[in-house]
Amino acid sequence: MSMQQKFYCLFGAIGVLLVVASLAGWLLQRRSPGSATIANLNARVRAWWVMVAVLAACFLLGRVATIILFAIASLFALREFVTLTPTRTGDHLPLVVCFYVLLPVQYLLIGDDWYNLFAIFLPVYGFLLLPVLTAVSGDTEQFLERVTKLQWGLMITVYCVSYVPALLLLKLPSYRDTLLLVIYLLLVVQISDVLQYVFGKLFGKHKIAPRVSPSKTVEGFVGGGASAVGVGAALWWITPFNPAQAAGMSAVIVLAGFLGGLALSAVKRSLGAKDWGSMIEGHGGMLDRLDSVSFAAPVFFHLTRYFFEP
Amino acid sequence: MWLSHVFAAFVRVTVGARPQWIGCKPAPALRIYYANHTSHLDTLALWCALPNHLRATTRPVAASDYWNRGGVRGYIATRGFNALFIERDKDKREGDPLAPLAQALSSGQSLIIFPEGTRRAQALPSPFKSGIFHLATKFPDAELIPVYLDNLYRSMPKGTLLPVPLTCSVRFGTPLARIADEPKEVFLERARQAVVDLA
Repeated sequence: MSMQQKFYCLFGAIGVLLVVASLAGWLLQRRSPGSATIANLNARVRAWWVMVAVLAACFLLGRVATIILFAIASLFALREFVTLTPTRTGDHLPLVVCFYVLLPVQYLLIGDDWYNLFAIFLPVYGFLLLPVLTAVSGDTEQFLERVTKLQWGLMITVYCVSYVPALLLLKLPSYRDTLLLVIYLLLVVQISDVLQYVFGKLFGKHKIAPRVSPSKTVEGFVGGGASAVGVGAALWWITPFNPAQAAGMSAVIVLAGFLGGLALSAVKRSLGAKDWGSMIEGHGGMLDRLDSVSFAAPVFFHLTRYFFEP
Repeated sequence: MWLSHVFAAFVRVTVGARPQWIGCKPAPALRIYYANHTSHLDTLALWCALPNHLRATTRPVAASDYWNRGGVRGYIATRGFNALFIERDKDKREGDPLAPLAQALSSGQSLIIFPEGTRRAQALPSPFKSGIFHLATKFPDAELIPVYLDNLYRSMPKGTLLPVPLTCSVRFGTPLARIADEPKEVFLERARQAVVDLA
């Protein structure tokens, strides 16, 4: 199969899944109108239609559109992070530099195919620059806390998220369609999130971390995670992996995604919020959708690069 | 005017400016929207939070010494959001500085005003200047809508040039009740409190 055919197969299958989900949601709604859980479920399905349509359009437009899409996603995620984080007037300059310089440059480096600088730009230069800019403002009140929060937000919402389109930089032997690898990562992470939610709602009894994330249950994680690994293994034909390798990679993606959701949930709670924002109906904010991706993407990238790039 | 659409798009991407109609609904009634003032973005944010059809008949009031100096600023203020200018400098005033505002209200246009008179670098508004009292007395039928702008003082504080993208909301409260023969100071404090209550 050519890349085009694989692409249409995948999105056809996702379309069928969404039709089934919409029908199921509609039936549930008729059976018990007024249920808040079902109303939220339907809102989530509607939002999924939009997200899948946007992703499909960007993938069809190609590499540049995909990079721009994730740059915009980073922008919104960073905006949500900064909105919830207390800042002072003295943080204005470093914030401006984060939004208008560091973020665009990080994505330009991907567009420019410059892996070596992409990988260290924010962890080295961004890391060192931000405390300097904050110091220049002259405000030393809670200096370390303020700089740390900014560095942390930048690393998660820009550096980690940019690893998704960075998959396009991988030079794998006899595998040129790295756009499919982007789709693969997103599909496994999101299917894992969705299935963990479904298994949790149906069978969930034992909470994993009741204080951090009350919706995460052992049953949801095991059932949803195992099913997502199954889906990831079954999709080996769009990856450079064989079925066993695909299963292993999916397991890593699922685990990293789960841990990312957990860690970012703790951050969110320490900032006193339930959702990161409200821009995606039913899901919360952009960062509520990207929390697991931001942890899974760098791990998946570096494992693939280490084991499969010659 | 195309420029106002460009501004609206810019404001949406950077600061969101989501309207929250808490105490009233958007309506074409004669209104004086009054808000806390922390940033140059305030006027734009509040104006963009209004639905399109209300923007045409709502005029932000801007300080003449800052916005009415020609060039880019003047162009933005007059062509972009159809501002009315008010003279802050006592020496330059000729006659009643509120006259252009009263004239606009008489012709059925709503106003956006910032009764603190200048931008403050804090979450809660400072004491109000008396202009709003005189307008309210002169136009007893106009609805006084308290508006609270959150986060904008973080996005673009006084003295900075670029807005930091932050999700800001624009909260519209209940029209301020009119009390006959209320002393000026009491009215001003009550009006300010209505904004504080939305914070």
